[in-house]
Parts: sequence; C-alpha cells; structure tokens
Amino acid sequence: MTLNKVLSLAALVGAVFLAGPVMAESSQAPLKDVHWSFEGPFGHYDQEQLQRGYKVYREVCSSCHAMNQVAFRNLGDPGGPFFDPKYPNSNDNPKVKSIAADYKVSDIDGDSGDVIKRPATSADYFPSPYANSAAAAAANGGAIPPDMSLLVKAREGGAAYIYSVVTGDGTAPPAGATIPPGKYYDPYKSGDMSANFHGDPSKMPVGGLIAMPPPLADNKVAFDDGTKSTINQEARDVAAFMQWAADPKMEERKQTGLAVMIFLVLFSGLLYASYRRIWRDVGH
Amino acid sequence: MSHPSTYEPKTGIERWLDSRLPIVRFSADILSFPTPRNLNYWYTFGGILSFCLVVQIVTGIVLAMHYDPSGTGAFLSVERGIMRDVNYGWLIRGIHANGASMFFVAVYLHILRGIYYGSYKAPREVLWLLGCVIYVLMMATAFMGYVLPWGQMSFWGAKVITNLIGALPLVGKPITTLLWGGFSVDDPTLNRFFSLHYLLPFVIAAVVALHVWALHVPGNNNPTGVNVKSDTDTVAFHPYYTVKDGFAITLFMIMFAVFVFYLPDALGKADNAIPANPLVTPAHIVPEWYLLPFYAILRAIPDKLIGVLALGGSIGMLFALPWIDRSHVKSMRYRPTARMYFFIWIVAVAFLGWCGSQEPDGKLIPGLESFNLIDYPINSVTWLSRFSALYYFGYFVIVFFLGLYEKPLPVPDSLYTPVLKPSAVAAPAE
Amino acid sequence: MAESLTQSVSDPANAVDPSRRDFIHIAATAAAAGGVVAVAWPLIDQLNPAADTLALATLEYDLSKVALGQEVTISWRKQPVFIRHRTPKEIADARAADHGQLKDPETDAARVKAGKEQWLILLASCTHLGCVPTFGGGDYAGWLCPCHGSVYDTSGRIRKGPAPKNLYVPDYAFLSDTKIKIG
Repeated sequence: MTLNKVLSLAALVGAVFLAGPVMAESSQAPLKDVHWSFEGPFGHYDQEQLQRGYKVYREVCSSCHAMNQVAFRNLGDPGGPFFDPKYPNSNDNPKVKSIAADYKVSDIDGDSGDVIKRPATSADYFPSPYANSAAAAAANGGAIPPDMSLLVKAREGGAAYIYSVVTGDGTAPPAGATIPPGKYYDPYKSGDMSANFHGDPSKMPVGGLIAMPPPLADNKVAFDDGTKSTINQEARDVAAFMQWAADPKMEERKQTGLAVMIFLVLFSGLLYASYRRIWRDVGH
Repeated sequence: MSHPSTYEPKTGIERWLDSRLPIVRFSADILSFPTPRNLNYWYTFGGILSFCLVVQIVTGIVLAMHYDPSGTGAFLSVERGIMRDVNYGWLIRGIHANGASMFFVAVYLHILRGIYYGSYKAPREVLWLLGCVIYVLMMATAFMGYVLPWGQMSFWGAKVITNLIGALPLVGKPITTLLWGGFSVDDPTLNRFFSLHYLLPFVIAAVVALHVWALHVPGNNNPTGVNVKSDTDTVAFHPYYTVKDGFAITLFMIMFAVFVFYLPDALGKADNAIPANPLVTPAHIVPEWYLLPFYAILRAIPDKLIGVLALGGSIGMLFALPWIDRSHVKSMRYRPTARMYFFIWIVAVAFLGWCGSQEPDGKLIPGLESFNLIDYPINSVTWLSRFSALYYFGYFVIVFFLGLYEKPLPVPDSLYTPVLKPSAVAAPAE
Repeated sequence: MAESLTQSVSDPANAVDPSRRDFIHIAATAAAAGGVVAVAWPLIDQLNPAADTLALATLEYDLSKVALGQEVTISWRKQPVFIRHRTPKEIADARAADHGQLKDPETDAARVKAGKEQWLILLASCTHLGCVPTFGGGDYAGWLCPCHGSVYDTSGRIRKGPAPKNLYVPDYAFLSDTKIKIG
C-alpha cells in the first residue's frame, strides 16, 4: 500500500512537469529530424564529426561568426574534436597549438606599448572577425551575425534547428512573397512573413527571412577523412560541432549522472528497507 | 515546546552545559517531538523543503565565488567561467538553477497539502502566515536569481516585474527608481539584485526557524484533522519521521538528478542563452513556470493597475485563508463538497499556468471563429485565463459560504481510528 | 523577572515629579527614533541613481539616415528610442483617429513638431511593463508589444491592450532640418 502511495506521488510530481509550459507554435516548417550521436542518456560526441564540423566552422562560418566563449585549448579537452589521451593537458596538444597559431590576436607590445597582432596561443579565445558589434552590423547590412558559442542553446530546437535553417536558407520564395535585397527566405527560421507576403492571407508561408546568404554548397569543404562533402553532410557536422561548443561538458555530465542515479536508487532502496523496519510494529 | 522535556542529562558535562546553554536538551526535544502516527507522504514536503533550502544556500555561496555582478561580466562569468572553466561548475550551477524549480515543486505540493487537510486553521494560523511569508520571499529570491546570468530573459523579466511595481499609485515610481538605481534596468540594478539575492535566503532560513517553532507549539496537523488526544496517537519524530522524510528526500533527489544531469536546460528558456540587449525584447517573453499562473492573471485584466492589484490579491488570498474558511472540520476527507471545489481550483490554477505560457490571442479551438469581448475573442487564451482567474478568486467566496452551510461527513473520534477500523470512516480520500 | 526589573528601576524614580520623569523617557525615545531615521536615510538614498547615472548626456541624431517608411532604434540614457520616418498614409491614419475612441486622448499634432509631421520620436518602452514594441503588428498598423499584446497606432497612441498611456515622446528639438537633439 505504501509503495502504491509513493508511486502515485512520483507520478503526480512528474505530471506537474509534463503539464508545464508549452510554447505557442511559431511560424516555421517542422524541423528536419536528424539522428545525433549525442542524443539520449548515454549520448556522446562523434569525434570525427566534430573535426569535420570544426573544419566547416573554420573555413566558412568563422569569417562572420565569432565564438567568444570557446578557447583553443577547449578543442583538445575530453569530448572535444581534437582530444588526444596522450595530452591530458590540452595546452600541450600539438594539433591545438597549430590551430591556435593560425589565428592572430590583438595584444599590447610590452616594450613599446603599441597595439600589435601576435599568433594566438592555446589559452586564447577564438577572436571575433569584427572589431565590435557596430563593425559587424555595418559589414552585414545591419544584421549582426550571432556569436556561435551558445547558439544551439539559444534557439528552440537546438542542433536540429541549426541544421534545418542552414540547409533551408535560400529556398525559392513562395509565390506572392517579396524578398527585400540582402535577405533570404528560409522556411525553417522561426519568423513572421506577414510583412512580406501579398497573397491570400490564409496561405501565409511558414518561416521567415534571414540575412545570411546560403552559406554551404556541395564540395565547399574538403573533409580530411574523405567523407563526401555534401551540403547536408557539412550542415550536420557543423551543427554537431556547435552543439559541442555550446555544451562541452555533456559527456562528463551524462557519465556523472549515471553514477549518481545508480547511487540514489540503491540509497533510496536502503532507506525504504530501514523505514519498513522502523515502522514494522507501529500501526499507521 | 508543547511537550514536556524528556531529556535527562547523563554525564557531568551534560549537566554542566544544561544549566548554562541547554542546547542538547533543545535538540533532543526536537528529535523526540511527539508526531501524529498517521502522517502520509504528503507530510514529507516540509523535510524536502528544508533539504532544498540547504542545497540552494550551499550551491549559491559557491557560485558567488565565481560570479561577476556587472553588465559586461555577468553573462561571461556564468556561461564561460562557471559552465566551462570552473571545476564542476556545470554541476553546481545545474543544481542551483534547477534547484529553484525543484524548490517550487515542493512548496506548491506543501501548500496544497496544507489547504487539503485544513492545516491553516486554529490554532495554526501563525504557522500558515509564516509559510505564506516564506513563499513570497522565495518568489522574490528566485526572481532576483533569474536576473543574475544577465541573458535576454533575465533582463526583460527584470524590466517587466520592476515595472509592475511602478503601476502602484504614488509610491510606485519612487520604488521602481530605488530598485533600478537609474532610468531603467541597468548595471546598478544587477548589482543590488545580486546583493539581495545573497541576503534573502538567510532571511528565509530565519523565517523557517519561526515556522518550525510555530509548528512545535500546537504540534502537527494530520490527515484526519482530529487533534492528538493521547500518547498512543503519536510517535517520536526520530526515528519514525526522520527515516520517512529521508526516504522521501531520496525519491525527490532522483527526480532532481534527472533534470540536473539529463535535462539541464529543459526548464529554462532558449532566449536566456543570448546576452542581455536593452534594445530588443524577445518575441516570447515568459516567466519561469512557477510564476505562470500569476502572470496569466496579470495579462487577463485589461487595466494595468487592476491587473497588478489582482496579481497581488491572488497571493493575498492565501494569507487570508484561515479567516475565510469558517468550517470547524479541518480535513477535506470529511468535506466532499469542499473537496470538489478544491480540485476544480487546482485545475483552474493549472489552466492559468498554461495560459501564462501562451500567446494572449492564441485560439483554444483551432479554426473556430468567435466574437470579440473586451479586446479579445471568446475563443482565446485570454478568455480562458479570465474565466480561470474568476474561479481562482471565486473559490475563496465559495469556501466562505461552504464553511457556513456545508454538511460535513462524520469525523472520527481519534486520528488513530481510521487505521484500526477503516470502515468507521466513510470514503477517506487518499 | 521582568516585573522585578521594572520595579527596581521605578522605585528610586518615585521620588521625582511624575510628569517630568515621563518627559525624560519620551524625549529619550524620540531622540533614539530620530537617530534611527537619520541613519536610515543615507542607507535608503544610496539606492537612488548615482551621480554618474544622473549625468545624462543629450543625444544628437542625423535624421537623413532614416529612409521614408523606415524606423531606427537608438539608445538614449540606455533606453531605446524609436525614430520613425512616417509615410503620408501613416500620418493620415493617425490624424483620422484624433477624435475617435482613445484610451489616452491626444491629437497626433501634439505628438510631433509642426511642419515635421513625418518624424515621430518615441521612447520605445511599452507603457505597460516596459518591453520594446515591434512595428507592423496589431490592428492599427502601428506597434504591437510582444509581452502583453498592447497595440499602438501610427502616432504611438495606445489603442488596445493593458497599457494605460500612449508611448512617451521625449523632449527633443530640431537643430536643423535633419538634425535633432534629444534630452
């Protein structure tokens, strides 16, 4: 009887959460369903995919998108694209060092006090492609390219949203829609087309406008592992890389979680036995 | 303490200390406190809430060691410093951020339990009032804590809530300026919210001490609502309820851990991963789930001042409950009519919570056209929240009249009777 | 315990004139209260805007950057301000509603500078709870607040929803034909 009560209590607590907020359906096409290696309680990052994704970021995205929360050393951390068990301290990882050295960062020369550019070290963060947000806006027709370090967490739908928007960018606009110069139609972007649509209001197209020109193309990035470079492959890999950039501790979190869950189940079992024993002779 | 002390100092040191600072006697009396033997699992939320408070204070103190309360530094210190670089920072913040939601899950169930079993009635009115004070302090603390990461939802949540106070006549504007320290929500606001967010949990802990004191004067209520009549009605708090509360806490921790380790962002909003921008309001601005019912009441009313007063009044009704409900029967086990209205009230609160998360003109029944009344179509989220809000307040009127006219079922002579003779009580609700 | 204490204190005082004794206690209490209030004031007033926050800069803006039918959002005192270049249709719509049912009655002419009707300068804070409304939404072709659905017309006047007031027009003056100074 008591166990039943416990179960019904747990069910009620769960129901409180399931009945929680449901966001209103925004106007966008259903996101493309992608199977990710990092899904589920035992999910992990696919290191080769992260390396391909990093290459897409480096060669395509990074010319406009900053990633100011990620340091070069993070690339060599456990779970990261260039983690190598031989180098537990990612600052020693030669791959990380060479990636960092490719970038130039601003510094102050200690002798003259002049502002100089020096090669980045593993401790530096990815530098922004623009000096400041005004420069970023001016270079992109007023739309500031968002920072990519947390973008997956900052968009409903996460990595699937990134994948869908990147592949849907530049879709031919539906009849009746006028696309202003410097903008592109994207059915997956959460938006509102009412200001740009002059047809039958009941046939309002889903999606919205995006200022980013379609970024990817077949064979735009030559993958080092020989994977065929299609738009979908590039988009999927860069979305996975961005997932890692936003949540680099995911593997550690899920592994710790497993140990904690096992402990808690055993501990609660012991406490339940103890509870039954103490209350054995007490009517209640 | 309402029960005579049973503590006997055994050693010389204990006798010496007992006549100077009887702290061992104090603790022993709390552990041996006579507690009704028929408390069910709904009564474990007090212990669960104490656990939540300790978890929040401990993780919060640790997070404050890594946090930078400035407009330029706050977001980075949380998302880059704590989440990426601090050892176990992701875990500690995950516990603290989700812990706030867990705290509210527990407090809502604790409050509903108190209403269902009539735990606010004489002689426990002060106990109830102190609980309401804790609840208000919790909301203030949670709100200020949500501002600290300085994301888009933090910023705009702070702006909306502080503007609520500005609706009050005369005092509204000066108080808002005092909260802001400027012309709008800005760096000074963030800094003082951090200071107050650090302070308030200790105020909560102090009021919790009063709450427990006020509990130990009349002793616990119980599911029958019948007063304790003899020693056979009670058992010592320890070990009987320490182990029961402990078991409940571990079950609670399992649910807590699911969120911390597997759904760390499920209760948050994606917009809060974007740094605060005073020039752009997010398209969907929604408070945390535990404030949604009140948010829906605010939106349901087309007048700013009345909306704010209704929001305050919806919490104020809880304070007044002991004086609204005049029924002499405590537990709703024996008040089937009151029980029915209470369950509908829970449904109304759930509707309000759902409405709070939706667009105000969203349709309830898709495709059905309806006429406009007071700015919104009848077939809209706003009208569902209006009807629900009406019932939310109407419930308290119903409770008042039920207390005068309702015919309750027979109440058992002793709180222990239902256990010995289940047939003696008609349809106990569990 | 408490009783014996009062007694021992009041015993020697019984020799003194009772009204004078009362006066001393009242004066001492009043002095304590006054002291507490005097100390509390700096502790409260520190919450008010500091001198650096109050040192408000005025802002000059060149309107020629805003094309007809466009709107820019600029930051003034860390608050967003809309500068809208209204089309003749927007102005006509706003003027047509001057004598209609308005929640906060105000003519469109009173909200712009004479001869400069195309320029509408507004504090971009919804008068309900301070969100930034977006242009192009709502039933009046003006602004719609995303937070609680307040709708403003093309003059920034409240037409529907919970906001009590029209969008505020900040103090501003034309320095030249295309240059304004806000504040």
